[in-house]
Amino acid sequence: MKPLRIVKLLPLLAILLGLSACDMVVLNPAGDVAAQQRDLLVMSTWLMLLIIIPVMALTVIFAWRYRHNNREARYEPDWHHSMRLELIIWSAPLLIIICLGALTWLGTHLLDPYRPIDRLSADKELPADTRALQVEVVALDWKWLFIYPQYGVATVNEMAVPVNQPLALRITASSVMNAFYAPHLAGMIYAMPGMETRLHGVLNEAGESEGISANYSGAGFSGMKFKLRGMSDTEFQRWIATARAAQQSLTRDSYLQLAKPSEREPVRYFATVDNQLYDSIVGMCVERGKMCMHDMMAIDERGGLGKAGIYNVARRSSDSPRAVFGSDNSHVIGICAAPLVRAFEDDLLPQVDRSPLRGAGLPRPTPGRSGSLLADIDSLSSR
Amino acid sequence: MQHADSPVLDPIFGRLSLAALPLHEPIVVATFAAVAIGGIAMFAAVTRYQLWGYLWREWITTIDHKRIGIMYMILGIVMLLRGFADAVMMRLQQAMAFGGSEGYLNAHHYDQIFTAHGVIMIFFVAMPLVTGLMNYIVPLQIGARDVAFPFLNNFSFWMTTAGAILVMFSLFVGEFARTGWLAYPPLSGIQYSPDVGVDYYIWALQIAGVGTLLSGVNLLATIIKMRAPGMTLMKMPVFTWTSLCTNVLIVAAFPVLTAVLVLLSLDRYVGTNFFTNDFGGNPMMYVNLIWIWGHPEVYILILPLFGVYSEVTSTFCGKKLFGYSSMVYATVVITILSYIVWLHHFFTMGSGASVNSFFGITTMIISIPTGAKIFNWLFTMYRGRIRFELPMLWTVAFMLTFVIGGMTGVLLAVPPADFVLHNSLFLIAHFHNVIIGGVLFGLFAGINYWFPKAFGFKLDRFWGLVSFWFWVIGFWVAFTPLYVLGLMGVTRRLRYFEDPSLQIWFQIAAVGAGLIAIGIGAMLIQFYVSFRKRKELADTTGDPWDGRTLEWSTSSPPPAYNFAFTPIIHDGDAWWDMKQRGYQRPLGGFRAILMPANTGAGFVLAVLSTAFGFAMVWYMWWLAIASFIGIVGFTIYHTFNYQRDFHLTLDEVVRAEEERTRLLATVRS
Amino acid sequence: MGHALTSEQAADRTLFLQLDEHDHEAGGSTLLGFWIYLMSDCLIFAVLFATYGVLGGNYAAGPGPKDLFDLSLVALNTTMLLLSSMTYGFAMLSSYRKKVAATQVWLLITGLFGLAFLSIELYEFAHMIHEGATPQRSAFLSAFFTLVGTHGLHVTFGIVWLVTLMFQIGRHGLTKANARRLACLSLFWHFLDVIWIGVFTFVYLMGMLR
Repeated sequence: MKPLRIVKLLPLLAILLGLSACDMVVLNPAGDVAAQQRDLLVMSTWLMLLIIIPVMALTVIFAWRYRHNNREARYEPDWHHSMRLELIIWSAPLLIIICLGALTWLGTHLLDPYRPIDRLSADKELPADTRALQVEVVALDWKWLFIYPQYGVATVNEMAVPVNQPLALRITASSVMNAFYAPHLAGMIYAMPGMETRLHGVLNEAGESEGISANYSGAGFSGMKFKLRGMSDTEFQRWIATARAAQQSLTRDSYLQLAKPSEREPVRYFATVDNQLYDSIVGMCVERGKMCMHDMMAIDERGGLGKAGIYNVARRSSDSPRAVFGSDNSHVIGICAAPLVRAFEDDLLPQVDRSPLRGAGLPRPTPGRSGSLLADIDSLSSR
Repeated sequence: MQHADSPVLDPIFGRLSLAALPLHEPIVVATFAAVAIGGIAMFAAVTRYQLWGYLWREWITTIDHKRIGIMYMILGIVMLLRGFADAVMMRLQQAMAFGGSEGYLNAHHYDQIFTAHGVIMIFFVAMPLVTGLMNYIVPLQIGARDVAFPFLNNFSFWMTTAGAILVMFSLFVGEFARTGWLAYPPLSGIQYSPDVGVDYYIWALQIAGVGTLLSGVNLLATIIKMRAPGMTLMKMPVFTWTSLCTNVLIVAAFPVLTAVLVLLSLDRYVGTNFFTNDFGGNPMMYVNLIWIWGHPEVYILILPLFGVYSEVTSTFCGKKLFGYSSMVYATVVITILSYIVWLHHFFTMGSGASVNSFFGITTMIISIPTGAKIFNWLFTMYRGRIRFELPMLWTVAFMLTFVIGGMTGVLLAVPPADFVLHNSLFLIAHFHNVIIGGVLFGLFAGINYWFPKAFGFKLDRFWGLVSFWFWVIGFWVAFTPLYVLGLMGVTRRLRYFEDPSLQIWFQIAAVGAGLIAIGIGAMLIQFYVSFRKRKELADTTGDPWDGRTLEWSTSSPPPAYNFAFTPIIHDGDAWWDMKQRGYQRPLGGFRAILMPANTGAGFVLAVLSTAFGFAMVWYMWWLAIASFIGIVGFTIYHTFNYQRDFHLTLDEVVRAEEERTRLLATVRS
Repeated sequence: MGHALTSEQAADRTLFLQLDEHDHEAGGSTLLGFWIYLMSDCLIFAVLFATYGVLGGNYAAGPGPKDLFDLSLVALNTTMLLLSSMTYGFAMLSSYRKKVAATQVWLLITGLFGLAFLSIELYEFAHMIHEGATPQRSAFLSAFFTLVGTHGLHVTFGIVWLVTLMFQIGRHGLTKANARRLACLSLFWHFLDVIWIGVFTFVYLMGMLR
């Protein structure tokens, strides 16, 4: 039985080696949200090790002690039931899962990517009247487009952010599903065509790191990376100035050009951006004459356009793939392309909590206090 | 893409042309040559030794659940070699593709390989092996002569094989899907995957799915209706219990897969808009639906193996299983809970905190009954006399491996933790941890445990040990680096990397894959060596391990009719109880036995279905229509056959039983 | 056979074995198995209903249920199917009384009602497609045609089965095997009825209320 122990040691050894030797970004991120996610990860691991380690130890001990040729060990072939043991067997995991469940409920609500952050880091409050930096992220085949609506610039495959400034990301995709993932910043979230997901976060340390698409999206997927650059405010202003000095500008036409599949695109800046572009991308209506999703949904909400609407469709171009028994419909033609008026609702970060925890009796993050997970758990336990 | 702009299809070959044959791909051509030479050699050998008649009569048309079970196992092992070859290619690619090198596989190939690896390992390795085990063991454990619908059983097997054959076709004719194993739209839609890959995927899974569903119905009816007298539900062996729950899951989950693939194929063939971006389609629907099947599928795979571990632990500890009833309740609870956790596969879709925490917590709750099971095995070992035969070694390795996989699984169920680990190599390591450490280890335990029952001789211990150690160590060497890489923020399905500090981990993982390869090789050698030493390793008693359940009460291998007399059950460990109370095997009083007759109908239908699937993939409408009419027509024709049973004559029964008497006498003397 | 048992031995063995066992009749589990199959089929419909539930409001700025459905036609259609279920019941009653000819006639009537149902459904489909409301036009129409069409396909296969069974009853009479088959088809036929009531309520009636 000896080799068994060695087998057990191998992964441990490897993990130890790994911890010391390499850059475990997930365990050592530069952003507060990712750090809190890390905390939760580590806490859950310890909680579970409470039961995993005894089980593994007992397995080895029992296997050794009750081996066939150990005649000294007791042998009770008919012993197969013990109410007390059964109670322990069921309640021990249950207790751990109750703790973990509470942790999960709290953590999931506090770290909900849709919820604006309420602190800059464990020891930095959110200053009053902080403006969040808006970034609109589009996953294209196979590159990332970042639009900075407050500055009117856009970039490809590079996202610069000032450190210690809250970020409010709106994320969508042009064609297929991707996932936006910047390990240093915060967890990942899917980027889906025709839909918008959101992510809030903050970067606390300056420096350059890598962001990726974490959901397979086709042939060029492996090269779909971007640079995440955390920088000081002044550097950021300089960076914006560089972008503004770029030759190109991002219009609907240049976007359609950009959206065509390509791999390993170099970093590129756009000095100006069509200010309805992002909404058109989410609405899948950058091509002129195409009905936007939000218009279509509003019309459908009122019962559609009736039979008259049947032929309000454009034909498909001959080179676009179509189902063998499919129709030639390409898309619904827009009838009144009213621009979507959208306020930057996340612009001014609130000092009141807008996403209350719905768990009964759970503390809400109060203004002026860092609403960290650990603090909440502390307050829970101090009751 | 090449066919997208050619609306005029060839009336005979559809969109199949010479260009679909990968003649310019040296790796594929070499593989094809090897397969072709192997195939021709086998064909020649079968013809040379005039085995066609034997194969047809005794195997292809058989409706004996034991032979069908063995054929399922063979299918699973053959496909394991294919799936593992894919794994090795991926490991090599990822170990090489650094520092500007793109490795040796381009995206077109690499993306097919990881898709095929997932599809094959789940549908054509794990499923056939699990189904095969249940097919062989369940009727024996409940004291039945066959399953409830023997013909359906044969049909199910051949449909599963037909699906596997379609996947293998895709290697040489056309290509396989490049979408990942669950083929999420819109990527798998006609717009972004216009070629035949996804169509191969759809039809292979649909055809194999028919087999899986019918085999689920069959085993469910068998367990409910055909238990020996006295075997109440709470006296069923645990393996039968877990099989029952698994088949409930199959019957309740596979229709969802069928339906969702129908919707996807309608999108691809008819141009409907279920999962498209335009015209009101919703790809998130697909992701939800496929995981409503997909999560129960995980439990379909693992539950029967929990049964295997229970049988093995109890047998080799020489003890009644600790906490039988809590084991049963735990199984039932897992069965039910497995339906309300599917969303944990896509927390990152942005469902909102309350939805995410609900599904996270339900997922964690599953770990309670699972933990209870682990404790039950642990306390079965407590105060036992543990014989470390191969099945028991696999079980101990499972317990030590699986708890780690379970732990990382619960970690991934915490939504904020999942946000940083989802789709990462940590996730990959986690599910290989539970599927290799749980399902495969259990299958190896089961194979080593029941092999003597099926073939009449034990498996060789030395080569078994070699296989065991290389598998276990190889597994940890291959997947620990992936855990580490996951924590370094490396995600799945990437073909090349820039950060050179990652390479060492991929190289270690590749070494691990090499060790596993030796483990697989040793297992094949183990079969061969055991066959050569079959006289030495022979089991003449029918009960080589001092077993506890009914399958050990009959001879090894059991006669076609399993039991000359249907047993009457008084205790959960029925055979143990019989042995304890001085059961004497009767030497006379036998009767002729009514048996179901062999039929080739299942095979014919599966061949027609393969033709239908192939025709649909390549748009050969005439063949699709012809084979479809063939399927319907032949099914109707088959229903006109009312003579499906025959009597095994008394002479044959007596001859078989006297042979058993003679063998038993050699043991006693 | 020369393997006579002493009575004492026999008593001991009967404890563990059924010595005087009779042949197990094949098909003892058929009805249960068919039930299980039907439940799995039911789940396919559940998925299609769920899909319709999610996508049924996505008209893609095209026509909605109110523009397309003709309730009186659907009511007629529903009547056909309900009547067919009733006549199938009569076929079953005749089969219990071992009346071969009567069973066949009732089956024939059931089949004709089924055909009438299918014809009306096909007419409805053809009409909609002719108007341009094709399955490709919107997700709502995709879900509608698939749900209703899948039910129609089931009815089609039911009719094929029914005709086959009429021949088999004619050839072999109302044997045990045929009675079992009749019972299975009966389950299937009534099951399709139940599904249709769901379609009628959920798709047509509630569609008109949307």
